Amino acid sequence: MPQKVPFWRSALLSLALLVLFLGAWEIAVRPPAATGPALDPEYAALLGQAAQQGQQTPMPAPSDIAKRLVELLSDPFHRRGTNDQGIGLQIAWSLWRVMVGFLIAAAVAIPLGFVIGMSPLLNAALNPFIQVLRPVSPLAWMPLALYTIKDSSISSIFVIFICSVWPMLLNTAFGVASVRREWLNVARTLEAGRWRTAMRVILPAAAPTILTGMRISIGIAWLVIVAAEMLVGGTGIGYWVWNQWNNLSIADIIIAILMIGLVGLALDRLLGAIAQAVAWQE
Amino acid sequence: MTRIVSVEGIARRFPGLTVFQDVWFGIERGEFVCLVGHSGCGKTTILNILAGLDRPDAGNIVVDGMEITGPSLDRAVIFQGHALMPWLSAEANVGFAVSCRNPGWGKSKVRDAARAALAKVGLTDAAARKPSQLSGGMKQRVGIARALSVEPKLLLMDEPFSALDALTRGSLQEEVSRLVTEAGQTAFMITHDVDEAILLADRILLMTNGPQARVAEVVHNHLPRPRIRADLHHMPGYHPLRDHIMDFPITRSRTLAGTAPADYDARNPPAVHLGG
Ligand SMILES: Nc1ncnc2c1ncn2[C@@H]1O[C@H](COP(=O)(O)OP(=O)(O)OP(=O)(O)O)[C@@H](O)[C@H]1O
Ligand SMILES: [Mg+2]
Repeated sequence: MPQKVPFWRSALLSLALLVLFLGAWEIAVRPPAATGPALDPEYAALLGQAAQQGQQTPMPAPSDIAKRLVELLSDPFHRRGTNDQGIGLQIAWSLWRVMVGFLIAAAVAIPLGFVIGMSPLLNAALNPFIQVLRPVSPLAWMPLALYTIKDSSISSIFVIFICSVWPMLLNTAFGVASVRREWLNVARTLEAGRWRTAMRVILPAAAPTILTGMRISIGIAWLVIVAAEMLVGGTGIGYWVWNQWNNLSIADIIIAILMIGLVGLALDRLLGAIAQAVAWQE
Repeated sequence: MTRIVSVEGIARRFPGLTVFQDVWFGIERGEFVCLVGHSGCGKTTILNILAGLDRPDAGNIVVDGMEITGPSLDRAVIFQGHALMPWLSAEANVGFAVSCRNPGWGKSKVRDAARAALAKVGLTDAAARKPSQLSGGMKQRVGIARALSVEPKLLLMDEPFSALDALTRGSLQEEVSRLVTEAGQTAFMITHDVDEAILLADRILLMTNGPQARVAEVVHNHLPRPRIRADLHHMPGYHPLRDHIMDFPITRSRTLAGTAPADYDARNPPAVHLGG
């Protein structure tokens, strides 16, 4: 049996691992001190600066990244032309697209899932489409979206819509279909009517399952937005990462990875909190 | 007395199985009728048909002069597994029923009525609790309060106490007895517990074993009211009544199963008067 570990102990271990990891990284990338057999100065001059650095952009040390992080976060929302926007602004762009795509998907998937869950006929009829479309990578829709919509920003919102619609649709349908017969019978004997039964019995009964679907969806949406923005460019954290790669700013890329992770965590926690609020226990 | 329910020759069939057929009985206004029979003879099915949750394959049921076509607020059900909604507090569970009965009522009026219904079953202090925070007996009490809060013409109960321990069962039986008597409530209840039937019922319907079950006998219980559970076995007439009913599931229900005796009239099953 796994025992409950006190929080401070796990936190201490996490911290120790982090320090160890960053320390090892710091040491590993530190440029070797100029010892050993000295290079022929003439030869060195010939090769120039590049030779000493292995002809590559050096991997930044955590301390360099930290410096850059402070720099970026000191002015996260600046806007100097289309190609120079603060990291906060870029994240806001991505969040905005995820929100719009996700909310439209929810507005479609939850009512549709409700209907599918209540009607075995519709469930069976729509199932083949869902089964075929669901495993398609959302990015495969991108060319089609660009072709039909002709707007890169709306196309990435569409891709977010497509990728977040399936988990919500399937979970809603499943949650609605598995509402206990006895609760439906209670509603029937009380002559509650369709609308009242849907809103007061089926919806709360299925809410935890629906929220699980929403949580999966927002996670996928946040994964996909980075790739989508890398593809279409313009704005957003995905585009920013790609841009920093073209600039060979490795520190910026690492910072972006960290930020994407933190925002993803925050989104998941937000949905988790809502799930907690609608959860019920027998 | 006036007949409020009349069950007229109902049958229920599943592919390859006739659960019961030619079942006739009536329920008078204010009467308490118990249905006793072996497991699988179709008791729950009969109750579901009375509730309007299931349809008979033959025959029909007339309530207050109208053939029933579906569930109605006039026939409230106390379900075997309380069937409370776990996301609602006790008060909101009852309130849901109250607001279904009285769609025009405002929130506070519904809440007051729900509280009053809970007070009748002694749950004033637990009104705000969710079902998961209530004991089995308390949950079933909420179920009773919910069913009574809609002031039904007929109260239907499917083994409402079978999941409870003996002590809780006893006190709930007395509570139901009191509430039903006070309100002059017409009630129909399924039970396996002979003493429960004797305590509560005016009439006890005994069903033969399925398949093709039917009402074999109607026992009229003339034990005087109020009946106190603890004193029941001191009442004159109690033992013959109990022995007669006990005898049924053990021996007679088996010999009576299958084809009915020649003088059997499904519309008027033999009546036995005991306990008086
Ligand atoms: N949907 C169904 N399909 C086929 N057979 C069914 C169906 N529902 C019930 N039955 C059968 O009908 C018979 C009566 O069932 P019912 O639940 O009414 O019995 P019961 O008398 O309430 O039993 P118990 O005392 O165990 O609750 C059983 O033999 C059962 O197998
Ligand atoms: Mg049953």
